[in-house]
Amino acid sequence: MWADPVTLLTIAGMALATYATRAAGFTLMRFIKVGGRLKTALDAMPPAILMAVIAPTIFATGPAETLAAIITMLAAIARLPLIAVVVIGVASVAVLRIAL
Amino acid sequence: MKDDSRMRWQDEFCRGALEIIPIVLAAIPIGLLWGTLAAKKGFSPLETALASGSMFGGAAQFVAIDLWRDPVPWLLVIFSVLVVNARHVLMGASLSRHLGAIAPHLRPFAMFLLVDEVWALAERRVLQRPLTWPYYLGLGLPLWASWTIASTFGALIGRSLGEPAAYGLDFAFPSLFIVILASFWRGPKTGAILAVSGAVAALSKLFIPGAWYIVLGGFAGVALAAATYKPGPADVG
Repeated sequence: MWADPVTLLTIAGMALATYATRAAGFTLMRFIKVGGRLKTALDAMPPAILMAVIAPTIFATGPAETLAAIITMLAAIARLPLIAVVVIGVASVAVLRIAL
Repeated sequence: MKDDSRMRWQDEFCRGALEIIPIVLAAIPIGLLWGTLAAKKGFSPLETALASGSMFGGAAQFVAIDLWRDPVPWLLVIFSVLVVNARHVLMGASLSRHLGAIAPHLRPFAMFLLVDEVWALAERRVLQRPLTWPYYLGLGLPLWASWTIASTFGALIGRSLGEPAAYGLDFAFPSLFIVILASFWRGPKTGAILAVSGAVAALSKLFIPGAWYIVLGGFAGVALAAATYKPGPADVG
């Protein structure tokens, strides 16, 4: 069978749910005037979210991930090109997972 | 003149595509893996392609396929996708302020491509220069295409290259985020925000079921920034 109707409908539902979350923030902000305290809050959003995404991986997974994150961070602070930092991160976690 | 603007378009597209390459390379084996998992749960290659192409969301797709059984608990699956993707509301709200250079009729489509990695690279870009449509498309389109094609291949061959974690490929995403995080550093104030959002996210992940940790951690950091806000000269009057 190529496509089951229930599967298709569920896929459509998942796609809608995903798009809804991606469009919601954008749509919401069209009705909000940004200034002062709200601007400060929104400016803090990218680093706060970036940190929240990776925190469980780098702090609460295992020593290999935490150490690899520190190595990656040093590479990032050294201003290496993006691709180099990603390669260093991937390689160091692969080695550390075997070593530790 | 027309050639000139076309060259600039291509230039910007390539700039975006170049930045997303490491993520594309990491996403391919993960897409393959998702396709094999989907095939095991009874997805045909066509259904796999439709799911990856229409959702374009790694984390949500893994959660959904994990919950998938016969008969499909569709309400639970869709609700779980909504929860996992809740972080995108915050990401969209943050990026919405930087879409000025993108034509209004293209913005709804831009939001379709708003996956974590595209969002993060777009936020980094606006620290330097305005976010243009070809640059954004250069980020999103290669990743969307490779994700969709890889997962379809996974369903077709029914075999992945093994566990991506064995090669450390899963760490490509935190690595990218660490790089981009570094460009948001503005001194101790940023440190305080990061400490709060990181601690709240890690604790939420440990103690609260579901994928609320990103939203909770993000909110905690943002709340701190708002609470410690002092009106500057620009805000008075």
